[in-house]
Amino acid sequence: MTISAERPTAVSTTSATPPALSGTWTQRPGWMSQHLGTAIVAAVLGYVIGHWFGNYLASGYDYIANNGQNSIADALGLMFGVVGWLLGIGALNYPLAKLIGREGAKEETIEGWTKYFRYSLDHKVVGMQYIVGVLLFMFTGGLLAMAIRTELLNPTTHVFSPDTYIKIVSEHGTIMMMMATSIIVGPLGNYLVPLMIGARQMAFPRIEALSFWIFVAGYMVIFSALPYGGFPTGWTGYAPLQTQAGPGMVSYLLGFAVIGIGMMAAGFNIAVSIINYRAPGMTWSRVPIFVWSILATAALLTLATPVLFAGGLFGLLDRTILTAFYVNEHGGSSYLWQNLFWFFGHPEVYIMALPGFGIVGEIMPVFTRKPLFAYKVAAAGMIGVALLSFFVWQHHLFQSGINPDMRPLFMLTTELISIPTGFIFLVGMGTLYKAKIRFEVPMLFAMALFFNFLIGGVTGVFLSDVPVNVTVHGGFFVLSHFHYTIMGGLLFAFMAGLYYWLPKMTGRMMNSRIGKWHFWTMFIFFNLTFFPMFIIGLLGQPRRVFTYAPRLQGLNDFSSVSAFLLGVSFLIFFANLMWSMFISPVKAPANPWDSLGLEWQTANPVPSYNFERIPVIMTDPYRYSEENAPAFADMGDGSGRSPSTAGSSQA
Amino acid sequence: MAADNAKSEVNHIRRMTTWWIIISVVVDVLYWILVGPHVPPGRMTESAHNNQTTFNVLMVAALPVLLGVWLYLGYAVVVWGSKRNSTESVGGEAARTNRKTQVSWIVITSIIVVILAGYGTVAVIEEHGSGGGEGPNPVWSPSGAAKAETAALAGTATWSPGSKNVLPVQVIAQQWKFTYRYPTFGGFESDQLVLPVDTEVAFNVTSLDVIHSFWAYQLSIKADANPMVNDVAYTGIQHTGSFVVRCSELCGIWHGSMYNYGKVVSQSDFMNWATKTETANAANTKLLPPFAWTYVPDANGANGGLYPDGNKTPYSTVEVYGSKTPAS
Repeated sequence: MTISAERPTAVSTTSATPPALSGTWTQRPGWMSQHLGTAIVAAVLGYVIGHWFGNYLASGYDYIANNGQNSIADALGLMFGVVGWLLGIGALNYPLAKLIGREGAKEETIEGWTKYFRYSLDHKVVGMQYIVGVLLFMFTGGLLAMAIRTELLNPTTHVFSPDTYIKIVSEHGTIMMMMATSIIVGPLGNYLVPLMIGARQMAFPRIEALSFWIFVAGYMVIFSALPYGGFPTGWTGYAPLQTQAGPGMVSYLLGFAVIGIGMMAAGFNIAVSIINYRAPGMTWSRVPIFVWSILATAALLTLATPVLFAGGLFGLLDRTILTAFYVNEHGGSSYLWQNLFWFFGHPEVYIMALPGFGIVGEIMPVFTRKPLFAYKVAAAGMIGVALLSFFVWQHHLFQSGINPDMRPLFMLTTELISIPTGFIFLVGMGTLYKAKIRFEVPMLFAMALFFNFLIGGVTGVFLSDVPVNVTVHGGFFVLSHFHYTIMGGLLFAFMAGLYYWLPKMTGRMMNSRIGKWHFWTMFIFFNLTFFPMFIIGLLGQPRRVFTYAPRLQGLNDFSSVSAFLLGVSFLIFFANLMWSMFISPVKAPANPWDSLGLEWQTANPVPSYNFERIPVIMTDPYRYSEENAPAFADMGDGSGRSPSTAGSSQA
Repeated sequence: MAADNAKSEVNHIRRMTTWWIIISVVVDVLYWILVGPHVPPGRMTESAHNNQTTFNVLMVAALPVLLGVWLYLGYAVVVWGSKRNSTESVGGEAARTNRKTQVSWIVITSIIVVILAGYGTVAVIEEHGSGGGEGPNPVWSPSGAAKAETAALAGTATWSPGSKNVLPVQVIAQQWKFTYRYPTFGGFESDQLVLPVDTEVAFNVTSLDVIHSFWAYQLSIKADANPMVNDVAYTGIQHTGSFVVRCSELCGIWHGSMYNYGKVVSQSDFMNWATKTETANAANTKLLPPFAWTYVPDANGANGGLYPDGNKTPYSTVEVYGSKTPAS
């Protein structure tokens, strides 16, 4: 059997008729269609069936009857719920049809606003759906963060009981980490990568849509921890406490497994798409830097997540059927969870850093009107970071009792990884050199990434040094480090990307005045919130505590008040989003930033087939320094125009 | 005109570099002299001093990096901002690839990083792990430590003022309290951590239930407490004073309140306290499980046959898990 990659070929038609594509999207008569509503119903049904089944299977056992909690019922309920969700949305229609030997239903495009609530195979719809999903995670996690900072206003007056507080801390961390994994790859990666490489679709549209719907299922699973009583282990889920914890722990373990499936699926799909679906003429040295970063991220997603999945599964088995993977007293080892988790965990944080670098690399040439400096070094840096990220994980475990000989080795590898990470600074600074910088909102956020990630990255070098690690591990210093890198880096890049690409994705400009208010409040209060935490950590406050030395109250209060104001800045963002997208939208020009990027060469709004003809790439993507540079791509429409200056020249 | 341009081109980099060098040197020197001696965790022990010095060395290396990038970014924003938001292309020398810059950046950052890694390695080895937990088979120990630890297990370890022996102290972490056992004084268990000055101390940290982490802040000791694992950390105590111990690994609900205070006293004061407590607690000590590196509570209750016989670990002939005889 020959496997043929159905590579869309350029078809010469008039612009009136979209080219025929083989087997894509589905539309059934209304009463038979599957959408968010049916997904919810099926999920609830699945949960009920699973829970009942678990009780039927396991409630007879002594340890469950005596315990008062049935982790097997909880786990099966959630698992069946997720399967029900997927069945309900229609994600499993095609595989099930194939399973029974039939052809999948012939699918056509879904039109109209309902496509956003359906299992749409259009990568652009998936990208938009992800924006909503990601914002949902972000606001939930953000509210929990406000709760944490409220508790930490006073070391002796407590707003929450210790039980509630630790659940809030754990839920905040887990939700934010899950969101941050997909925050750029999901919305922007899915929407933009095919447009940037000149393809009509991703390699596996069904898998892509699945990754979104399972992302939402993962949110619901991890959120279900709260009604189950939460979990007390923090997002790191360390082992003996994990086995000891209440029913909410199952939501954590299963939540990671479910989101993990989405991560692996998305990574695999994106990597194959980038490798195989690039338009003719797009050699590796002409690939936009954002696509390079997404490729490196996709490699990490695919290769690192299985370890988390397995580790989470072991934990689930320990809790449900009393295996002893992580139980020291029965021959297992608490170190096993730590190592499995961090073997995934470290590439995970680079999954969060790399797309941010990609966005900044993509945006800067547009607003400096110069080519990206040291493009090859930037791409090499991303590949280098991705590779090296698998060799550093034990720096999370320096003081945990691992073989002491390992510590200098991991100190060295961790220090070495700062070299390719530093390349983005070379590239950014070189691109700024003697430029003409336009301070639009996306550029402001991109430059803020440099400021924030510098602090985050340098403090990472402090943490990687074993002697200093004795002082700073497990306290607010490391907490501030990762907030600087993940929030200061990735989240700022996400905002840059949103302000930059929403005009393309929705045809509406984000208001730039409100945007500047958003930027300045977010940037200033972010730094005011997290910089004191370095000092708090050095002065001895551990993480995840609800009480601290009274002399640290001043710093904690400063941090808390700044955090509340940071929360306000997110409200400003949300207000801008609502205002610009719904309340008072302003139509965006075709190419508002005067970018040479291929994604801006598509029609507005982007048709479902992306390009009338598959473009042929002629040159490299950052020829901003030449007034009449040859066009990046030949769009095949005979215009032969050079899209170098004002967007108004485009019809 | 071109000559003027050439002059002004060179001036950007030269200008920035000059300012950068001047400011960096000034800030570094000021930091080392004014801030450095007060950097946490202080100088109460050898490992604390070492960790403080390492932090300062890293900071002296980091400050020029921070200043350099900030200066450059600030300069770029001020000097190269486009006043009219123009989309005019920027060509010329600024748009060309500069191989020299790229290569020097890569080389210089690599050299700095490797030097720092080397320095860190030397620092951690010289200070016998610098206060970090080395697991049950420590590789870098102060002289006399292995002897003292073996003797502690055999019940023959002694310490007295002026003996220059290593003092083994066991830290038992449980939800949600630290307790301390002193094998050189009959293995009594106390919830007070008192230590003698001018002594090498070997902390043996273990847990009874979940993972905790013994963080003695001013002593600069941090060792995770795992059940059934003995995590060893060393330091040499140099000054008297009090210190705080906090748990620094999330261990459940009351993790935040798992802390206590300890003190370092003179050797004779310590001897008095230890012998007095040993006598006062003698009746209780008899009820405790025999001193061992780890303790495994039996799920069925505290009625004999609790603790497995001592087993040698696969990779050490010295460290032993479990007690040697079951409690009666």
